[in-house]
Amino acid sequence: MQVSMSVNGRQVSGDVEPRTLLVHFLREDLRLTGTHVGCETSYCGACTVEIDGKAVLSCTMLAVQAEGADVTTVEGLAQDGQLHPVQEGFWERHGLQCGFCTPGMIMSAVTLLQENDNPSEEEIRRGIEGNLCRCTGYHNIVRAVEYAGAKMRGEEPPPAEWEES
Amino acid sequence: MSSTSVLGGVVRRREDPALIRGGGLYTDDVKLAGTAHAAFVRSPYAHARVVSVDTSAAEAMEGVAAVYTAADVEHLGPLIAQAPVGALRPLLNNGTVKHVGEAVAMVMAEDPYLARDAADAVEVDYDPLPAVVDLKESLGGAMKVHDDMDSNTLVTWAGPFGADEDALAELRAGIDAAKSRDDTVVVSQEMINQRLIPVPIEPRSVLADYQAGYGRFDIYSSTQIPSALAGAIGRYFGMALNQVTVKAMEVGGGFGCKLNVYNDEVLTAYASKQLGRPVKWTETRREAANSTIQGRGWVATATMTGTNDGEILGFELEGIADMGAYSQNFTVAIPFLGLFVGSGQYRFPTYWKMDCVTTHTMTTDAYRGAGRPEAAYYLERIIDMYSREIGMDPTEVRRRNYIPASDFPAAVSPMGFAMDTGDYEANLDAALESAGWSGLLAERDAARAEGRCVGVGIATYVEVCGFGPAPLVDLGFSWAEYQMPSAFNGSGLVRIHPDGSATVSIGTGPSGQGHQTTWAQIVGDGLGMDVERIRVIHGDTEEAPPSIGSFGSRSAAVDGSACYEATRKVQAKAARIAAHLLEASEEDIEFGDGGARVAGTDSSVSWEEIAKTAYQPHLLPEGMEGGLEAHAIFSPGNATWPFGTHIAVVEVDPDTGNVQILRYIGMDDCGNVISPMIVDGQIHGGIAQGIGQALFEDAVYDGDGNLLAGSLMDYILPTAADLPFFELDRTVTPTDINPLGVKGIGEAGTIGAAQTVVNAVVDALESLGVTHIDMPLRPRRVWQAIQDART
Ligand code: FES
Ligand code: FES
Repeated sequence: MQVSMSVNGRQVSGDVEPRTLLVHFLREDLRLTGTHVGCETSYCGACTVEIDGKAVLSCTMLAVQAEGADVTTVEGLAQDGQLHPVQEGFWERHGLQCGFCTPGMIMSAVTLLQENDNPSEEEIRRGIEGNLCRCTGYHNIVRAVEYAGAKMRGEEPPPAEWEES
Repeated sequence: MSSTSVLGGVVRRREDPALIRGGGLYTDDVKLAGTAHAAFVRSPYAHARVVSVDTSAAEAMEGVAAVYTAADVEHLGPLIAQAPVGALRPLLNNGTVKHVGEAVAMVMAEDPYLARDAADAVEVDYDPLPAVVDLKESLGGAMKVHDDMDSNTLVTWAGPFGADEDALAELRAGIDAAKSRDDTVVVSQEMINQRLIPVPIEPRSVLADYQAGYGRFDIYSSTQIPSALAGAIGRYFGMALNQVTVKAMEVGGGFGCKLNVYNDEVLTAYASKQLGRPVKWTETRREAANSTIQGRGWVATATMTGTNDGEILGFELEGIADMGAYSQNFTVAIPFLGLFVGSGQYRFPTYWKMDCVTTHTMTTDAYRGAGRPEAAYYLERIIDMYSREIGMDPTEVRRRNYIPASDFPAAVSPMGFAMDTGDYEANLDAALESAGWSGLLAERDAARAEGRCVGVGIATYVEVCGFGPAPLVDLGFSWAEYQMPSAFNGSGLVRIHPDGSATVSIGTGPSGQGHQTTWAQIVGDGLGMDVERIRVIHGDTEEAPPSIGSFGSRSAAVDGSACYEATRKVQAKAARIAAHLLEASEEDIEFGDGGARVAGTDSSVSWEEIAKTAYQPHLLPEGMEGGLEAHAIFSPGNATWPFGTHIAVVEVDPDTGNVQILRYIGMDDCGNVISPMIVDGQIHGGIAQGIGQALFEDAVYDGDGNLLAGSLMDYILPTAADLPFFELDRTVTPTDINPLGVKGIGEAGTIGAAQTVVNAVVDALESLGVTHIDMPLRPRRVWQAIQDART
C-alpha cells in the first residue's frame, strides 16, 4: 500500500504492507533509527513520536494510519544544529545512561512541556510515567525536564546537583 | 561548564550528543544489504518430549530462506559455559525441552514479519511431561529435571570459604552453644528472594555477517563482553580470533543479562555462514522474558543468635538457589558471589549453605548484583528482626557488630576473605547525620500519632566487586572456554596521533556507564590533555586489546587502572621528548594545560609539538624509538569491597496495602570517584532496581512452569511516578589495590536497596503485628499481611 506523510518537516512516501507498524516504517523504510522498539506492545514508550502535536506510541499504530499526518521524531527536534532545550537538558543533567529510552523519553517530555511549561515534580513524573527507563531511576530525567522547562521559560535553570554551590 | 577534566571533576558525557539526537547506533539500527531475518520456534511447555518437527509448510513459504532444526546444528555441540556444572543448553532442542521458551527451530526469511509468520508455520508435536518448578521439590529430588543426571542439585556452596566438614561442624556447634545460653535470643525466618527479569529496555539483538570471500566474520551484538562472543564464535567455527570481529556499538542496558554468550548468537552466525548473507535476529519482549537469563530466585532461612544487649553470636543462612534448566556462563557461580559477602561487614561467626538446584525454568545467571543483593537481603532483614526482638535501635546493633576500621588493612571477613579497605562506622554515622536519623524517627512517631502507617528502614551492605584477582582462575572462574585472557585482567591502549590527539582503546563493554567519558578523564588527567582531544573506542574486538568486558562493577577498577598505567607509560616517554625539546631535565617536566612544561617556569611545549616530534625519529633523543603509544595490563591483587548505608522512609495505606516511598537516602562508599555525576547516576539506577524488586517485580512461574510475567504488562517495572528523588552523599575510603583508588559502583545501589525498603515497610506495620512480608510488596500482598496479622 502507498502511504505518505510528513516526517520532520519532509514529505515522504513509501510502499508498505497493510500490517507494517509506523515504527518499522520509520526505522526500516526511512532509516530513522532514533525511534526505538523496546516492547512492541505499548508498555515501554521507547517508540514515542509526536504526531500532530501529541505523543504517540509508534508501535501501536500502523504506518497507513499515519497517512497525511505530521510526524516528528527525535531526529527532527534540533533546529539548524541547535539542540532542543529538552535535548540540552538531558545532556546537561545526565538524563541518560544507555540512551535507549532517551528518544522516546525526550519526545514525551517535549509534548509535556508544550502543554505545561512549568510542571511540578509530580506533574513531570506523571507526564513521563508511560516511558520506562531501566538505567537512571528517573532522578536525572526529572532534573533534565526541569532544566528544559526553565530554559523554555527563559529562566536560568537550577544548578546541577554535582555543581558546588 | 568545564570541559577539561580533573579526576573527581565533572564533564558532560562524551557519548550523549549522538544519543540525544537519535544518532546512536544500537545493533538493530545497523542495516546491511541482503540481510535475512531470523525468528525462533520456542517451546510452549516447561517439560515435554518433542515428538516431531515439521518444517515443510514453513519452508514452502515465499521469502523463507531456510529453516533449521537440531539435526542441522548438533555437530556444533551445546552452548559453552564458564562453569559447566550440570546440563548445558543445546543450541536447538528436538529431544526433550526443559523450559518454556526453549528454542526448537530457527527460521530465516526476507523480512522479520515473514520470519515470524514462518516460525508460526513450523508444526511441532509435543508430548508434555510433568515439570519441576518448586525449589524444595527439586531439592527433594522425587522428580529429575534431567533424566541423565544423578541429582537436581548441581553444587552446594558452604561457608566460610575453604572450611572443611570438621571446621563447619565446629562452627555450628559454637553457634548452637550460644543458642542455649539464657542471655541470648534466636530469631529465624524463611524468606524468598524472588526471581527477576533484568529487562534492559533494548532487547538483545545480533547481526552476523560472514564474508565468504575473506573467510571471516563481522558480528554486531548487544553484548557486554564482545571478546567472549568473538572467542566463542572462533571455537564453534574453527576460526582464528583474528578472523572474527565482534562489535557492540551502543548497548541499551545490560545489567548482567548481556554478558552471557547466547545460543541465538551462535545460531545467527551459523545461519549467516550457511546462507552466505548477513542474518539478523532481534528478540521480542516475550523472548527477553523467557529466553534471556533471569536473576535471583532463592528461598532460604536466616537465623540470628545474639545476646539481649546486641552482641551477635552467630548468623546462619541455609537455602536453595534456582539455577533454571541449563547452566550458561556463570550460572552456578552466582550464589558463590553471595557467599563472598555472606557475613556482610560484620565480625560474627557465619555459617552459610546454599544448594543450587535445577528446575524446568529459564536459566538464571548474573543480574545486577548477582548473589550479593540476595546475601545482603537475608542478612539485613534478619538483623532488623533481631534488633526488634531485643528492642534495640537497629543502627546500634549494626554498629556493635561491625568489623572495626582498625582491623584494616588486614581485615579478613568471617567468610574467610581478605578485604581491602573499610570504615563502616564512619559511613553509618555519615548516613545517620545526613538523614537526620533521630528527626526521622520523631517525624515517623508524630505521623503514627495521627494514625498514619509510616516506617523508617535502614540497611547497610558491603559488596565485593572489581573482579578481580588473577587467582580467581584457580577457583574455577576461567574465561578460557571463550578463548579470553583467563585471569581477570584489565587492559588499555593509549595512542597519541601525530596531530597530538589521542585514541584510547579499551575492551570493556559499557551499556550506559559512560566509559567514553570516564576513560577520557583518566587519560586526560594523566596527560594534562583536554578531554575533547581524546577519543575512547570500546566494544570492538578488532580495536581493543584483549579484555574480559564489563560486569561485576569491574571496568573502572581494573580496566580503568590499566588505562591509567598505559597513560603513565606514554607520559614517561613524552616527558623525555619534552625535556629534549625544552633542553631541560626529565624530572622537571610536568603535564597540564594541553602540554608539558618545566616546573616553575613558563617554558612549555604543546602536545601537538611533542606528538609531531615523536613521529620524526631523527628529531628524538639518541636511541629513542619513534611513535607514542602504550599498552598496559593491570592485574589486581584482590577484588574491591565497597560499602554503604541506605535509609528509606515509607508510608503504607493500610486500607489498600499501597506502599509509597517518601524519602530515600543513600550513603555509599566506592573509594575515589572519577566522575561524581556518573557515579551518582549509577547509584540512582541501582536503587531503582532494588526498589523494583522490593515493591513490584516478580518473574513468577506457575506449577506447570509457565512464566506468568512474560510481558511488561505482568512484569511490573517502577515508573517515574513510583520513585522519589534520591538523596545521595558519600564517604570516600580509597582502595589500596589499584592506582586509582576506585572500587566500582555499578551494582552497589541494587545491593543496598531492597532490604532497606522492606525493613521500612515492616517498621511501618510493626504496630499491626506484621514481622515479615515476602517481596514484591505489592498492595495485595501487603494488605493480606495486615489482615493475617490482625486475625
Ligand atoms: S516499543 Fe512501543 S511502547 Fe514499547
Ligand atoms: S537510559 Fe537506559 S533505559 Fe533509560
